[in-house]
Amino acid sequence: MVLQTIWFFLWGLLWAIFFMTDGFDFGIGTLYPFLGKTDRDKRIMINALGPLWDGNEVWLITAGGVTFAAFPLVYSVMFSSLYSALMLILFALILRGVSFEFRGKVDDPRWRKIWDTCIFVGSFVPALLFGVAFANIFQGIPFDHNGVYHGTLFTLLNPYGLLGGILFVLLFMIHGALWISIKSEGDLQERAISTVKKLWPILLGVAVIFLIASKFSTRLYDNYIEHPTFFIVIVMTVLALLSVRFFLVRKTFFKAWFASALTIVGATFFGVIGLYPNLFPSSLNPRYSLTAYNASSSPLTLKIMLIVVIIFIPVVIGYQIWAYNLFKGKVTEEDLAHDEAY
Amino acid sequence: MDVVLLSRLQFAAATMFHFLFVPFTLGLSFLVAYMETKYVKTGDETYLRMTKFWGKLFLINFAVGVVTGITLEFQFGTNWSRYSAFVGDIFGSLLAIEATTSFFLESTLIGVWIFGWKKLSKKAHAAVMWLIAVASTFSAVWILIANAWMQNPVGYTIRDGRAELVDFAAVLFQKYAIFKFVHTVSAAYVLSAFFVMGVSAYHLLKKQHIDFFTRSFKIALGFGIIFSFIVVIMGDINGVIVAEKQPTKLAAMESLWETTTRAPVYFFALPDEENERNKIEIGAIPGVLSFLVKHDINAKIQGLKDFPREERPPVLITSFAFKGMVGLGFYFIIATILGWWKRNRLVDSPKYLKLMLLSIPLPYMACELGWVVAEVGRQPWIVYGLMKTSDAASPIATSQVLTSLIAFIVVYGLLGVTGFYLIAKNALKAPELTTDN
Ligand code: HDD
Ligand code: HEM
Ligand code: HEM
Repeated sequence: MVLQTIWFFLWGLLWAIFFMTDGFDFGIGTLYPFLGKTDRDKRIMINALGPLWDGNEVWLITAGGVTFAAFPLVYSVMFSSLYSALMLILFALILRGVSFEFRGKVDDPRWRKIWDTCIFVGSFVPALLFGVAFANIFQGIPFDHNGVYHGTLFTLLNPYGLLGGILFVLLFMIHGALWISIKSEGDLQERAISTVKKLWPILLGVAVIFLIASKFSTRLYDNYIEHPTFFIVIVMTVLALLSVRFFLVRKTFFKAWFASALTIVGATFFGVIGLYPNLFPSSLNPRYSLTAYNASSSPLTLKIMLIVVIIFIPVVIGYQIWAYNLFKGKVTEEDLAHDEAY
Repeated sequence: MDVVLLSRLQFAAATMFHFLFVPFTLGLSFLVAYMETKYVKTGDETYLRMTKFWGKLFLINFAVGVVTGITLEFQFGTNWSRYSAFVGDIFGSLLAIEATTSFFLESTLIGVWIFGWKKLSKKAHAAVMWLIAVASTFSAVWILIANAWMQNPVGYTIRDGRAELVDFAAVLFQKYAIFKFVHTVSAAYVLSAFFVMGVSAYHLLKKQHIDFFTRSFKIALGFGIIFSFIVVIMGDINGVIVAEKQPTKLAAMESLWETTTRAPVYFFALPDEENERNKIEIGAIPGVLSFLVKHDINAKIQGLKDFPREERPPVLITSFAFKGMVGLGFYFIIATILGWWKRNRLVDSPKYLKLMLLSIPLPYMACELGWVVAEVGRQPWIVYGLMKTSDAASPIATSQVLTSLIAFIVVYGLLGVTGFYLIAKNALKAPELTTDN
């Protein structure tokens, strides 16, 4: 029981870290055609995430792997139900990943144009679809007692699902624009800052609508009403969102970015706490829902995995912080002149 | 076409494509790390240029390796959900451990290596490539343990209709996994060595940058000659293990129909699965198969007729793939020995250089054929003896899988063309004379 509960929250944590880290990469890619007016701007944008995106993406692989290891039934029913959406995400991630590496390898504007488009598509599509997928999970997915999904890709594109998608895209765009504010100077930085200023009120509005819509479309609040202390998570998330604006005005961009990271983590946990103990609720019949208890691995596997995670995840976080620290500071002319730069 | 067949095609396409890039990462990371260390130790600029030249090819290849790996990680869930539910307890944990212990290190450090030339000391920068090489090797360890478990499930019990872990050590340290790992990474080193030798041969044929490419060639040659031997020796041990654990696969590899003592190997055999015999048999040497897999020329080997038809793998594909791999294995030994003999007059051996240039694709073929032997030869089982492939697929619409299969073919086709175009373009270019370091 305890093991399964621990794993439930670790599962949520891994997704949250993935959204927090790769989220700004997705945001930068989504803003890429709008903020990147010149080739130099564009190169600054991709070199701002250049050393980090690959390590960030592994949080997704780990979140997927841990779902497989700790909750095999969830892994199998979730990913086969969300087949088309997940395939779209994966293909988008392929395009994004190779674009960074390929873009600068041939000196031809048409060549670069192709990869520029791929960077945008490869960042926007996952941002949107992860939001759509998670909102739908909050709502419940139409699958039966055999784990067979009764719906199509379009079933997922319902109003609440789309609202979740828009929420994620906005969160990531702000997160990405803040990263650009940290990493750039001059015009590009100005544009990034004004983007955050413009998007922030919209995000606030969408977030409020999402919180209200969740009351009607989901049963997330049941857990909160039962244990009102959990409302702290919602309050903290809203406070984090407000402080993004606060730090932005003071031009302390790193703090603003950090607040935005906390907002993303908070938003993920808002849903995860509401879901507990469901990992993948069925909208056809709550009895079909997959929970931390009826879908988990054997205690032995959970124990072994827990040991692995307790040892290695802090180590990973340690060397990732080291890498972030190594590449702090603005992207300079010298960085761009470098042979291997993107 | 049904979901099972389409999913098999899709999984085969996706893994075989992934494995076009994997071996190069596994091998070249060590070669580049070695070159960079030489540079740090001797201060010789040529080694720095070598690091940068081969490093660039490494990075392009790595990018495609990474993105194609991600789709695999999720395909067990999307396409093989029945399988995932059945084996997740064991198989899933191996994949998750691979991600936490290896992929993180590999992917975080690759960024550090690319962008960190100026930010780290020379020694630290070289150390980063060594760590990348070690992390990639460990990712191979974990995934091959997982694959070995599908070939020969151990350390489990069946409870509530699924395989549950009872003995983790048995899963990690089984013979099947250990030798599969050694054989596969040796194959990867052979592939990388032949790639470096082939590209060097191209430049030496054109008589350009002779010092640079002679040195590159020799480093790769040393690596290549050792592992050409090891891959064959380990392959032989693999055959012994297969004979013990998967008699159907062994019989299919050799297209052996009747159970016999003094079992032969054929130089060439064309199986006729319909009539359970070989249409053509050329060059049978009696006793060799018995000797190879049982170390006794009189040992009895089970033929395919001993097993019900529905438990036999496709014989034609398995046996041809196996013969192809073995033939290539002996060719690699000969080619590298020839190189050793000519190593001090490479520029004056244009015929040999041309041969090595044309040999670049051959280890790629050998690796793909090897996987075909292992995976097609395991059929009809997805987990040998426990679960049939036909029971493993997801309960999803055929149209979905058909669409994604077409998308895989189109996207991977374009990706492959672009990736190899960029690798070739940069391989045929002269190495930079001045570096910014
Ligand atoms: C023998 C080695 C080997 C084999 C059989 C496989 N892989 Fe692989 N994989 C690697 C060796 C490797 C590697 C050397 O570590 C890669 C290749 C290129 C690279 O960049 O890392 C990699 C990359 C890679 C990645 C990206 C990791 C990252 O971002 O760094 C994932 C998610 C997978 N693989 C998953 C799989 C799965 C699910 C496989 C089974 C079907 C598989 N690989 C077969
Ligand atoms: C990267 C190298 C690999 C290659 C080239 C490869 C190749 C193949 C091929 C050709 C098939 C289709 C066989 C058939 O249906 O007749 C297949 C199936 C499969 N392989 Fe592999 N494989 C590789 C690695 C792995 C690994 C490491 C695993 C597991 C850890 C794995 C798991 C599977 C599964 C689940 C299937 C689908 C079910 C089946 O058809 O048996 N493969 N692979
Ligand atoms: C005479 C030499 C060789 C023999 C006897 C041999 C034997 C084998 C056998 C029996 C398997 C199947 C193992 C299984 O089903 O699990 C295998 C797989 C494989 N072989 Fe070979 N092999 C030889 C040479 C080579 C060469 C030269 C390469 C590549 C350069 C290669 C690459 C592979 C790969 C990548 C696999 C799949 C991974 C695995 O199952 O280990 N092999 N080999």
